[in-house]
Amino acid sequence: MARFRLVLALCALLPALAQAAGIGEDGARLLLTRTGFGANPLRIAELAPLSRAQAVDRVLANPRTEPLTPPPGWVMQPIELPRYAQLPEDQKKALRQQENQRALELKGWWLGEMRATDSPISEKMTLFWHNHFVSGLDKVRSPELMARQNLLLRREALGNFGTLLHEVAHDPAMMRYLDTANNRKGQPNENFAREVMELFTLGEGHYSEQDIREAARAFTGWGMQPGTGDFINRPRQHDDGIKTVFGQSGNYDGDQVLGLLLQRPETARFVTAKLWRYLVSPTPDARSVDRLAAGFYDSGYQIKPLVRALLMTDAFWKSGGQLVKSPVELTVGTLVTFDLTPADYRPLALLNRNLGQDLFSPPNVKGWPGGDDWINSATLLARKQFLARLSGGGINLPSGGPAMLPVATGLDDPSQKATERRLTRLNLDTADWAERYHVDSVHRAGRLLLAVKPAETPQAGDAGAVVRALLLDAAYQVD
Amino acid sequence: MQRREFLQVLGAGLTLAVLPELTLAYSADPARYGRLLVLVELKGGNDGLNTVIPYASPDYARLRPSLAIPRDQVLTLSERAAFHPSLAALMPLWQDGELALVEGVGYPEPNLSHFRSIEIWDTASASNQVLQSGWLSRQFRRAPLPGQFAADGVVLASQTLGPFEGGARVVVLNDPAAFAREAQLAADQGSGKAPGALAHILKVEGDIRHAAEGLAGGGTAALMAKRDPNSPEAQGKIPPPPGAFGKAVKTLTDTLARGSQVAVARLTLTGFDTHGGQLATQGRLLKELAEGLASLRSSLQAQGRWQDTLVMSYAEFGRRPRQNGNNGTDHGTANVHFVAGGRVKGGFYGKAPELAGISDGNLDYGVDFRQLYATALGPWWGQDAAAVLGGRFAPVPLLRA
Repeated sequence: MARFRLVLALCALLPALAQAAGIGEDGARLLLTRTGFGANPLRIAELAPLSRAQAVDRVLANPRTEPLTPPPGWVMQPIELPRYAQLPEDQKKALRQQENQRALELKGWWLGEMRATDSPISEKMTLFWHNHFVSGLDKVRSPELMARQNLLLRREALGNFGTLLHEVAHDPAMMRYLDTANNRKGQPNENFAREVMELFTLGEGHYSEQDIREAARAFTGWGMQPGTGDFINRPRQHDDGIKTVFGQSGNYDGDQVLGLLLQRPETARFVTAKLWRYLVSPTPDARSVDRLAAGFYDSGYQIKPLVRALLMTDAFWKSGGQLVKSPVELTVGTLVTFDLTPADYRPLALLNRNLGQDLFSPPNVKGWPGGDDWINSATLLARKQFLARLSGGGINLPSGGPAMLPVATGLDDPSQKATERRLTRLNLDTADWAERYHVDSVHRAGRLLLAVKPAETPQAGDAGAVVRALLLDAAYQVD
Repeated sequence: MQRREFLQVLGAGLTLAVLPELTLAYSADPARYGRLLVLVELKGGNDGLNTVIPYASPDYARLRPSLAIPRDQVLTLSERAAFHPSLAALMPLWQDGELALVEGVGYPEPNLSHFRSIEIWDTASASNQVLQSGWLSRQFRRAPLPGQFAADGVVLASQTLGPFEGGARVVVLNDPAAFAREAQLAADQGSGKAPGALAHILKVEGDIRHAAEGLAGGGTAALMAKRDPNSPEAQGKIPPPPGAFGKAVKTLTDTLARGSQVAVARLTLTGFDTHGGQLATQGRLLKELAEGLASLRSSLQAQGRWQDTLVMSYAEFGRRPRQNGNNGTDHGTANVHFVAGGRVKGGFYGKAPELAGISDGNLDYGVDFRQLYATALGPWWGQDAAAVLGGRFAPVPLLRA
């Protein structure tokens, strides 16, 4: 068993050496965790010798626009949206049950894709857009429509923001979520008009209530084909009058209003600052944001160059420890870092719900607030419990059908008889991992796993115990 | 002299002589914190006009052709106002004179964004003022609770801290037993000096350690003794209230029954953003609310605590008087709120909605929401409300003398 040697003088020298040679292990770990989920030692070793630009270009090269793992079979079947009002009670119940099962399957599928993908940046950005152009199962109900929205977000995740905005506005899940599915002249629904300005483009404070009311009129006439959910225009329901938005007047339709929103430089600034908070730190630097936003605007809203520019700022490379890991970053990241692959990801979806990030079901249209809000007494204990059990003998994950999953509490519901479930065991053997990657000092374990010094430095000693102590340290919760 | 010894000397009776100014600043009676404040968040913006319904107004029916609750279904409270039928469980509170209905609660220059408006409410700021900390965090920083309190507050049925944001010691309580079991996983390190995001995590770990003992609850004999063994609760005759809100109420009353001390509980009932299909959704939510509050009252009565409990509802805004084309309502402004408790003087307060002449517009407010906070801080807790709210707001005179 490996014994740790603490060679303090050498440790102090290493960062300087690494800088000269490339981004080093610290830089590689930072880049990997920020642009994906976790940082596997093999990938850290691959990026460490590269320069900043080389490493950034490597993680951004040929991002996937289609998932590596095929989505559940029902996703691409023709959609038949149930007309609940006309169904008898027992059929409604059966349909709801199917919806719940498919929803869980979908969540598990996405977590599995995040773990398996060879293009982590695609999933990281798809998750960003999921939390920007928010729709949720609570209102959309249909897992089929949510799955298609997810494919749309991935297709354009590093593409063009303007394209994404127009396509999301016509997306059936979004239309259900923000009430454009049936918007009539004379009695416009303001929901989409408000949120598209406040949360998707301009940001609060950059529009008036009058702008919202006028824009809502422009979105009248939009609708959804019953049954299939396809977007349709209903010209007779469209308000043909003149609308005045941001001081400009015309007989605008919905897409023209979206065009007006894209013309406002506030939109570029709003999205840039939000992406800064996602990838860099909770405190965007105003001057850098202005500069990056100007480039974003001038490029016609190309997303990939914006991400690249953000990753090339000095601020990014100095931002280790500034971000709290989201539940998905914590759980999937741990799987990636430690080479763990569950046979069934549905239990992991339930765990993430308990940790405060129920994929496809954000809390409201503003999405998960993130940052410090991820951590409260309940979620922090649930995180620690997960890590303690995972590295302290393993967790039994039920791998039977969804009916067997402990829906209410996530993992290991004692009310269920274990004998009735087929179990897969997920076990993190920290000693084995340390040996596999030649982790032979507290310092090196910390560099591979933590963005900042541990709150409590573990005693040098048994390699497995040291790695486990770092996993349970508060510092493992930040990136 | 060590700091601790110095404080002990102060505690031994020298306080007045040595530090009169300090004494003044803390002259508020800490014992008054034994009075519980229960905040009930109606998240999404409850439609007040279909909650306390101006049924006698012809404008109500005019503005809500398909959403107006038919006159023969409402629960009449007065010649002009009535409850939504789903609020039947609140009628006993109303009839017993323990429920105040404060109408027209809002603030100047209302903001119609969910997120900005709830931030204004949670931080008790003016419309154009951005404050970083919640109003309760400011209060407990100014006048901390005595040490035996497990936490400043507990948060139930929500993951956001709202008025506790920015410093209050708060525990998000889903399952108290699990909390007690798992609390040992939190490290016991000094907080505050860590870099970046780590400082917050260490602070939460500290809160957990502090709260763990108090919330696990050995059971305070004195409190348990207050419980009436013949009460319906003790005999298991109170049915559990419905839904997630009901579960939160039950978690709270169980926690209090074990003798845990907190000054504030915040419960959230979400789903009130009814842009479409409002009737079914709001009906379900109001029923959950009313039955949850009724259950809270009977449990706390059984614990002998109802006299020392003040329940206040709040929400980011009310909804538009005129309905939209999807049988729903868009974001509005002034709203009606509930204040209930053993010391509450029931009845109507504030400004009744004036619907005449309204077409697409919103209601004017008559009571600033900070007046409700001032009522809780001042008359209820005996604290200096103005210091926390950044100005004087007249308390609403809804407490019995």
